[in-house]
Amino acid sequence: MSPKISAKSVDLTFSTNDGPVDALKDVNLDINEGDFVSFIGPSGCGKTTFLRVLADLERPTGGTVEINGVSPKIARESRAYGYVFQAPGLYPWRSIGKNIKLPLEIIGLSKHEQSERVKRVLKLVDLQDFENKFPWQLSGGMQQRASIARALAFDADILLMDEPFGALDEIVRDHLNEQLLDLWKTTSKTICFVTHSIPEAVYLSTKIVVMSPRPGRIIDFIESTLPNERPLDIRDSSEFISISQRVREGLRSGHSYE
Amino acid sequence: MRSVVSICVVVGALIFVWYLAAVSLNSTWALDKAKRAGLELGTKELILDTWSQEKPKLPAPHQVASELWKTTVEKKITSKRSLIFHSWITLSSTLVGFLIGTSLGILLAIGIVHNNAMNMSVMPWAIASQTIPILAIAPMIIVVLNSIGVQGLLPKAIISSYLCFFPVVVGMVKGLRSPDKIDTDLLHTYNATNAQKFWKLRLPTSMPFLFASLKVGISASLVGAIVGELPTGAVRGLGARLLAGSYYGQTIQIWSALIMAAMVAAALVGILALLQKVMLKRMGMT
Amino acid sequence: MNLVFGALIFWVSAWILNAKLADSALADTRAIKLLVPVIFGFTIIGVWELLVRGLSVPLVILPPPSLVIETASQNLEILWKDLVQTFIKGAFRGYVLGCLSAIFVGILLERFEFLRLGLMPVASFMAALPIVGTAPILVMWFGFGWQSKAAVVVVMVFFPMLINTVAGLRESSQIQNDLMRTYAANNWQAFLKLRLPAAMPFIFNGLKISTTLALIGAIVAEFFGSPTVGMGFRISTSVGRLALDMVWAEIVVAAVAGSLFYGIIVIIEKGITFWHPSQRG
Repeated sequence: MSPKISAKSVDLTFSTNDGPVDALKDVNLDINEGDFVSFIGPSGCGKTTFLRVLADLERPTGGTVEINGVSPKIARESRAYGYVFQAPGLYPWRSIGKNIKLPLEIIGLSKHEQSERVKRVLKLVDLQDFENKFPWQLSGGMQQRASIARALAFDADILLMDEPFGALDEIVRDHLNEQLLDLWKTTSKTICFVTHSIPEAVYLSTKIVVMSPRPGRIIDFIESTLPNERPLDIRDSSEFISISQRVREGLRSGHSYE
Repeated sequence: MRSVVSICVVVGALIFVWYLAAVSLNSTWALDKAKRAGLELGTKELILDTWSQEKPKLPAPHQVASELWKTTVEKKITSKRSLIFHSWITLSSTLVGFLIGTSLGILLAIGIVHNNAMNMSVMPWAIASQTIPILAIAPMIIVVLNSIGVQGLLPKAIISSYLCFFPVVVGMVKGLRSPDKIDTDLLHTYNATNAQKFWKLRLPTSMPFLFASLKVGISASLVGAIVGELPTGAVRGLGARLLAGSYYGQTIQIWSALIMAAMVAAALVGILALLQKVMLKRMGMT
Repeated sequence: MNLVFGALIFWVSAWILNAKLADSALADTRAIKLLVPVIFGFTIIGVWELLVRGLSVPLVILPPPSLVIETASQNLEILWKDLVQTFIKGAFRGYVLGCLSAIFVGILLERFEFLRLGLMPVASFMAALPIVGTAPILVMWFGFGWQSKAAVVVVMVFFPMLINTVAGLRESSQIQNDLMRTYAANNWQAFLKLRLPAAMPFIFNGLKISTTLALIGAIVAEFFGSPTVGMGFRISTSVGRLALDMVWAEIVVAAVAGSLFYGIIVIIEKGITFWHPSQRG
């Protein structure tokens, strides 16, 4: 089976006022269909940049990236993925329902199909009663759930998520993590998930990519041994703790604290 | 760097369009004149004629420039034909009015933020005043003050002052209320007096708002002084030059007065902008 | 002298009433918030009336409000004709034309980076200038009728409107723009669904500033030549005849027309930009 997403010796150098910065250096990675992959590392390690390269929001300066066997640009144009940003990024002048319809309008689906899908994805994220509310009438956690619904609405089988729960408090975050796992199991999507929380990465993922800054690179690749069925208290198990330790050691070795 | 290039290109293009417009607006007159004289005009003569008429519909840029040069550099500044003399007449009432208007405006703003009754009574009117054309009172002020024997600088300064008064009040009230809750709470825990809160917190945080409204205010003051020169048929000042030019069809004179007014306005706003930059930088607010 | 004394008493008692109302427990209610400025307004008018009568101020300096109201009610037809000439024909048409063309140019500038870089500094320079000064030129070009007034208004509202439109169209955030890119939205879709709605608060800010400018432009342009009708014409000729009651009547009409115009724009703004933090209330 050919990988869903494949990156071969990807480099990305930004030119800044202080000279060139290596955001990504020789990144090699294969992601299979149905994987839940977390990218973890300190800020500046290139995890968000890598996600943006997959989404064709940045162009790599070297190497090749293929999504479904084609370039990121073609993948984007065929709407192969849904993207969830750090902030909800909902348009304040549109109701929740209309926000979810936004990509559907752009793709050009029929009105009937649009409302069908809105109903379906709102149910997935448990926001059925909020279709006609405006984003600013909702709490931060609900807004982020709405933005996930928006990314699910056009049925792409890849979901790219850039620290979607970073700004939320721990209780809300736990709840959303549980919901996200449910969603992943029922929809069997391929998910790339950027985070800087070790428990979040270990709890969610089938594979964990540990990254390190200057230059941004992969320093460890961990296949999770946790079962697919994961109640919240799995985080107290010894298996969970040992994977967490491996991630932490990886982060420590890559971080020089200069 | 790139923006400097594009500004030059755009300004160049505007001057080019100006010359073209001069040709098209002035050609009727040039052709009429030639017809009456029984002359046939070639394209080149026609174009040159449209750029050198005495009372053109639209004077060409170089005509305005040379008029400006003649009336500023080549005339003594005490001469009644010196544009610098006229600018000074207008500028002096602008500045006096601006000074009166802003001082009163700041005082009222301080009253409004410290007195609830004043806030609720006056503030809605100060805001409403920005939606009505208060400039329309200008002719009346001039004539009324004239009838009780007050002439010259003062009536125009009064118009300037009330035009800049309201923007300063509204801007300054906003500024004096702009400190964050966390900052006012801090001073509250120190049991600071109202005066201390004002000097140490409210006034410094209001500075960006103050400068923004000062820039609006000085432009309004200048407009007030110019319009204040219209109703009495004043003979001195930039407004008077505009009016006299429009009576006698002296378009070149109108345009040079207009450009002069633009330069005065730009200089005034520029000085305030510079002051703002220096001041806010010293206060660490930029 | 009694009237002067009466004015003083009236002022003090109205102020005490307002101070009490402002510090009362009900100060935050809508009714009180409306009542207090209204009381203040009536106080000014009352004090004005009493002082003018008590000190026998000559009519040519300051007419009492009662006389202004009387003059206005006797000259309703003239005031209406002046309003139509200056406000509807001159100010409003110029306002619509000026604002629409500025929004159009703003959209164009947003598409062409080079033009924007060059034109915007020029535009902000122009916006700070005393543009009413172009009135004599435009009156010369377009004649004494409403057309020249509309032209002055177009020039006056154009630059503030342009600056606001361009600023507004650049208001959308990085995430919102990236989102459009991940949907592979074309330029037209991104404009219609993101940049234009995001620009609306700024566009309405420009539209609000422009209402006042439009009325000022139309009135002042009439000082440089007009037919024998119009608010600016009436003000300048009445001032010449020292008929100050008529001048004040025109000023009242101008104030009411100006605030109504502004108020209508505010109502439309509330309907369209209800989502903006400044409107949520």
